[in-house]
Amino acid sequence: MNELSVLIGGQAGDGINQAGLLTARLLAQLGYRIFMEYDYPSLIRGGHNYSMIRAAEKKIGSSRERVDFLLALNQDTVEKHKVKLRDPSRLIYDSDSARAEGLGIPLKTIVKEESAPELTRNSCLIGAFARCAGIGWDVLEGVFRKDIPRELEVNLKLARRGFELSAPREKVGSLGQEVLPLVTGNEACGLGLLGAGLDAYIAYPMTPSSSLLHFLAQAADDFNINVIHPESEIAVMLMALGYAYAGRRAAVGTSGGGFCLMTEGFSLSGMAEIPIAVVVGQRPGPSTGLPTYTAQTELHFVMNAGQGEFPRFVVAPGDAEEAYFWSAIAMNISWKFQIPSVILMDKTICEGTYSFDIASAGEVAEDGAALWDGRGQYRRYVNTDTGVSPLAFPPDARAVVKVDSYEHDENGITTEDPKLANMMQEKRLRKGNHLGEEIQRYGAVGVYGDSGASAALVCWGSNKGVCVEAGEHLGLKVIHAPVLAPFPTSRLHEALAGVKRIICVENNATGQLARLLRLHGVDVGDKLLKYDGRPFSLEELEGKLTGVMR
Amino acid sequence: MSARELGTYAVNTWCKGCGNFAILGAVKAVLQALGEEKGGIENVVLVSGIGCHAKIVDYLNVNSFYAIHGRVAPVAEGIKLANPNLTVIGFAGDGDSYGEGLEHLVFAAKRNVDITMVIHNNRVYGLTTGQYTPTSPLGFKGKSTPRGTKEPPLNPLELMLASGASFIARGYSNRMDLLKQTIREAVAHRGFALVDVLQVCVTFYNLYMEYNKRAYQLENHDPSDYEGAHRKMREWDYNSSAPIALGTLYRCERPVFEGSVRAEKMTPPARAARIGALLKER
Repeated sequence: MNELSVLIGGQAGDGINQAGLLTARLLAQLGYRIFMEYDYPSLIRGGHNYSMIRAAEKKIGSSRERVDFLLALNQDTVEKHKVKLRDPSRLIYDSDSARAEGLGIPLKTIVKEESAPELTRNSCLIGAFARCAGIGWDVLEGVFRKDIPRELEVNLKLARRGFELSAPREKVGSLGQEVLPLVTGNEACGLGLLGAGLDAYIAYPMTPSSSLLHFLAQAADDFNINVIHPESEIAVMLMALGYAYAGRRAAVGTSGGGFCLMTEGFSLSGMAEIPIAVVVGQRPGPSTGLPTYTAQTELHFVMNAGQGEFPRFVVAPGDAEEAYFWSAIAMNISWKFQIPSVILMDKTICEGTYSFDIASAGEVAEDGAALWDGRGQYRRYVNTDTGVSPLAFPPDARAVVKVDSYEHDENGITTEDPKLANMMQEKRLRKGNHLGEEIQRYGAVGVYGDSGASAALVCWGSNKGVCVEAGEHLGLKVIHAPVLAPFPTSRLHEALAGVKRIICVENNATGQLARLLRLHGVDVGDKLLKYDGRPFSLEELEGKLTGVMR
Repeated sequence: MSARELGTYAVNTWCKGCGNFAILGAVKAVLQALGEEKGGIENVVLVSGIGCHAKIVDYLNVNSFYAIHGRVAPVAEGIKLANPNLTVIGFAGDGDSYGEGLEHLVFAAKRNVDITMVIHNNRVYGLTTGQYTPTSPLGFKGKSTPRGTKEPPLNPLELMLASGASFIARGYSNRMDLLKQTIREAVAHRGFALVDVLQVCVTFYNLYMEYNKRAYQLENHDPSDYEGAHRKMREWDYNSSAPIALGTLYRCERPVFEGSVRAEKMTPPARAARIGALLKER
């Protein structure tokens, strides 16, 4: 098979995310490219959780509606998803917990016989799946040995029993291509920040950014960084600015609600010219909304957040490679221009698992900050052609480093002088103009699909994956703009050359990218919007596009 | 470093007779002493919030971060955690730190980050022209409470003790020598130190007479005695007309919260190699 989808479901607490990941790694080991989404409600026990694993020969970033295998730990999973099965016989379920047609395996009984923990039902189920899919025992054992840190032997035993109770129905073999590691978008973002010299990550937990906090907290010792979880997002932001003032590269992470609390510090970063990288993982609002689901609703919020006028960099990565690359660029840009940067993610990319090809992601390294040369008297806000004033950090016996949230003079001393106020406002905004030139160096706008087509899908964030694939199938051009501020107007107009019809695809109810495009003189014909918290599946988007194009 | 070299060209805009002048004078003396002891004050970073108090950083030719209302503590903590060699002194108002940013003060004390917080407690909002603050007495008539407040003040020292602060003191802007000594002790203390300075606002709430009558310097007080310190803190609740103790009320040694960033940053190739190694496990 050159492509397959597997859905594994159960209750919260059944370890569905881990089971999904193990299944994904099994397929990745055969050379498949993976996209896995994890769907779960906001609770700790009960409810319905599922992982949707899609494996294909080529890089992917979306799920299909149809599944080739359904692995069910309970009746709920069977009822909710059996209609998605291409072949009803490819249902493998716990016959102690559900009634269905397909391959029933008494998982609870087996677990009891082996005196194994309840969670090992997953291993038994995966063993049965591997056999059914025609995956060899040696491949499964290899993946288990690498990825199961605790109680490996009992898990292997359970997997073996599932394997033996199952029978081969498909032939899923090695594709003979390089095996790529699997990372979530949050992990890729964290790696990019680390690559760009991150010294401190400060965050208050909030879905869907919490796993970035967890990932970096685990990695803190290995990378010699500080990871701190303070009392609130307000403290997070201000503490991070303290780190940056002292010359340490800091990043913070949150979702829309937490970013509301960060905005006063965000504006302080703009005024005091203190670099900061902010990761905002979007989820549906307003307010608490649908906390564990996906959305693209904060585009205009982050573009306009904070009182006053100041330049900022906003980038919305479209997949794991972009999350890695652009997170590093965002950190570097915030230090080069002494401005806040926003890495705008969405739940689909934050918590989605992707095959990650670091070689194709682009070079990542720490660079950027202009440092004071030590000559003459130090002036923190010296007015320059680019608007960027060289940095010095305390302790420096030659320099007194003063930063200020008030309007200030070149030394960082408060002023209300109208001429100085003009000069400093213009200095800060000038940095934005230079940033606009700088981003032309990077591929600020990506073009995919049929580049000669007269109809184009325009999308941002995680919709890149589903749009690129739909565009390729339907012969449409696809334009994906990671950089949203400063807006790459000329690059976008180049990308739109020859396009007569624009269709915006977004996970929000009002068409936020469409609104931004109009501001920049681009007329959007149609908007395909989805705002129920779930990402577009490939079939769903293709169906809607076919309807629109008719 | 002379007092003159410690100053800047910024024009001082505090009202004549403002208690902030005493704090500025005391801080200059402390910085001078620090400079003589350490051969310079480049290791010192001052942080201030927003309010009359905050202008102090404009008047001192020292590294500073003029922050925003209520947020002095987290900025000061971030600076200290980023570089433990820095001596970080935060200046905040009572509205600024006991009102808007109270959570940060509680957590900085709980963590015992090695910073000093000097609270310019004039018990009134000065820069916004006279409203009640968290430490104004019950019935205080301000512009936002013309018929008097209906809430009693909070006792910040007791709150800090409960939060885990390892150094708690009170100063008064009209007792200069003691104020200098108290701030010096607070800065030298390893851990979170708070000095609540009764700083008189001559324009909106002139309490000189009142404080002159009731303030006294602590004698034969053992600051390591938690219960005794607690009793002294409760003696005056910022509402009654009880005697007001000045000096170091409480001090203890306990582990400080530190950043663990090592001085030498990991080199870019080492970072890249680590990222590669991490991906191999995926």
